[in-house]
Amino acid sequence: MNADIGRRQSGKLDLKNGRVDMTHGAGGRAMADLVDNLFRPAFNNPMLARADDQASFPVEKGRLVMTTDSFVISPLFFPGGNIGSLAVHGTVNDLAMGGAEPLYLTAGFILEEGFPLSDLQKIVDSMAAAAREAGVWIVTGDTKVVERGKGDGVFINTAGVGRVPADLDLSGNRARPGDKVIVSGTIGDHGVAIMSQRKGLRFATALESDSAALNTLVAAMVSAAPEALRLMRDPTRGGVAATLNEVAHQSGVGIRLDETALPLREEVLGACELLGLDPLNVANEGKLLAVVAADRADAVLTTMQQHPLGRDAAIIGEIVEDGMRLVRMTTAIGGERVIDWLHGEQLPRIC
Amino acid sequence: MKYIDEFRDGERARALGEAIVNAVHPDREYRLMEFCGGHTHAVFRYGVPDLLPDNVELIHGPGCPVCILPIGRLDMAIRLASDNPEVILTSYGDMLRVPGSGGQSLLKAKAAGADIRMVYSVSDALELARANPDRHVVFFGIGFETTTPPTALGIAQAASEGLENFSVFCNHVLTPAAMNAILSVPEDAEPVAVDGFIGPAHVSVVIGSDAYRFCANQHHKPVVIAGFEPLDVLQSILMLIEQLNEGRSDIENQYTRAVTPAGNPHAQAIMQQVFERRPAFEWRGLGEIPESALAIRDAYRRFDAEHRFAMNYLQASGTKSCDCPQVLRGATKPTDCKLFATSCTPDNPLGSCMVSDEGACAAYYTYGRFREEAVQRRRAQRQQRRVANQR
Repeated sequence: MNADIGRRQSGKLDLKNGRVDMTHGAGGRAMADLVDNLFRPAFNNPMLARADDQASFPVEKGRLVMTTDSFVISPLFFPGGNIGSLAVHGTVNDLAMGGAEPLYLTAGFILEEGFPLSDLQKIVDSMAAAAREAGVWIVTGDTKVVERGKGDGVFINTAGVGRVPADLDLSGNRARPGDKVIVSGTIGDHGVAIMSQRKGLRFATALESDSAALNTLVAAMVSAAPEALRLMRDPTRGGVAATLNEVAHQSGVGIRLDETALPLREEVLGACELLGLDPLNVANEGKLLAVVAADRADAVLTTMQQHPLGRDAAIIGEIVEDGMRLVRMTTAIGGERVIDWLHGEQLPRIC
Repeated sequence: MKYIDEFRDGERARALGEAIVNAVHPDREYRLMEFCGGHTHAVFRYGVPDLLPDNVELIHGPGCPVCILPIGRLDMAIRLASDNPEVILTSYGDMLRVPGSGGQSLLKAKAAGADIRMVYSVSDALELARANPDRHVVFFGIGFETTTPPTALGIAQAASEGLENFSVFCNHVLTPAAMNAILSVPEDAEPVAVDGFIGPAHVSVVIGSDAYRFCANQHHKPVVIAGFEPLDVLQSILMLIEQLNEGRSDIENQYTRAVTPAGNPHAQAIMQQVFERRPAFEWRGLGEIPESALAIRDAYRRFDAEHRFAMNYLQASGTKSCDCPQVLRGATKPTDCKLFATSCTPDNPLGSCMVSDEGACAAYYTYGRFREEAVQRRRAQRQQRRVANQR
């Protein structure tokens, strides 16, 4: 292959002590240096190596799905990951929630002038590792640099393409009364792990973000009971509350949760108590919600619990008829409350 | 989680609910005011009303710091931050979205260029002042006796460090004065029918249970100080009902694990050292209440933003037809307000009670938007049955 055709002589890129400057986005030699010495070796794959303006891949059987997501997280590094791994996991998961096998990703970087190249290297390496783990290729990308003060270190956009088996059709409008709601594990871990690192809020916790690619868990669920799966969603920004409200609206149903069934880590509960947050509003990056036909719900649950990313999976509620499309929860004390979308902003930018 | 799960136990809650059902006299109403926003929040978050008989009504009091701050004081803060480029105004997050005059808010002023920052405590504001010696950091101090001691400590700390680029815009208010105002019905106001109070939790940790003696002595209303967990609230409701059934009006303490009769003497001492009572202060919904708020003492005057920036009170009136004032007095339910859930929602609040999680309107909207309709229906049916029986 022509893997080395685009590679130019370098020598100027100081990955240890250097910083991003305006020339790294200017389209000249410095930018080529950055691409050839940082991005290309990390993401190395035949499609990227062609160094064309576009990635070229065969159209496969079944349906193709496509998605995009931008990542503007602060802080960039957090317990359990960084913006790079998150950018891969987020887009892989958006593809996987459609039942897809993720195939290819794109990566767009907006770098702020002055950003340490060593940090960029760490971010890119963890993107590459996350992509390898998820079995996807990062096949094309873009880099821009903005002046100091006009970015926040690094912003990353990833888009992805995946393939869905022809007979599988998961969609937010397919929930029906009687179906069960399953969550794949403990909720709120990512949001609390990020908040624990925030300036002005910093608190000690052993908690790590749950950031993970869910495609292998999804594949296991799809092969266990493809006909029983109605829909899957990853409850990221806005948490479980926002995701279930979306589902209720799309499907024209109500949802009833059982508070005592929610899987929650003590650290998350403790932090939420302290900060006055509701774990249902807190972001997750490695969890999924599935709506499943009642008669196969236990089978799907068992399959999930056998997967490392679904060990703590639990049935947390069911779909009910409700013209008002409300998500309600039976509380631990036996009362009832409405679970609404979060109003305003819980805390700035956590995914 | 230890010390939390015990107070949210479903079985104990049901037992307390049954005890309440058995205790109430079916031929009377029990109108109980939870003064604190923290209780309002807990009541809705855990669905406490679902465990109560229909004739026990919870009235949501004015104990929500951002809700009772008059618009004029908020306008002053917005103007301070907007007109003084050297100022960094620091505020608790809740305050940022509260609507001021002319559709302004701290959040909008920030977007327009004012340097307004959310902090989690007064010590964050002190830290900002130390880090920005060429700027002046103002802490927007709001809240009841729970947030007041930290503000006092912040001022004392600034004084001992000689931190001259720090000051406080003081809006701290006093709980007993507001309870007294609710019970002392002015001649021109509609009387508020409150049979008893679920007394504040954290406020009482500071001021102690003895601070509510006047409720019993002067107004003959029982008070039961309660913790913020759902079992605390249920137990205190039972205690209030028992008092009312027996015709007693005592100050009782359900929250014995944290509240003592005399409160926290250290917190009281630092408040006393730094603050003095204002002759009067305007409360949203309750109007002007004598000796109901704190000002910074002369000895600490250089840390008083009102003095330092010669801030004058700005008269302002709220959104027309917004019932926040009545809601805050417990005279109107959020759902009775014409704006509720129509033009006023937590995403676009027109009144202060729709902003904070502790505001009655936001709590109704977020946690129980449609429950109230069901309760009203049940009440109406009961009334009809009563009328039918009498025939």
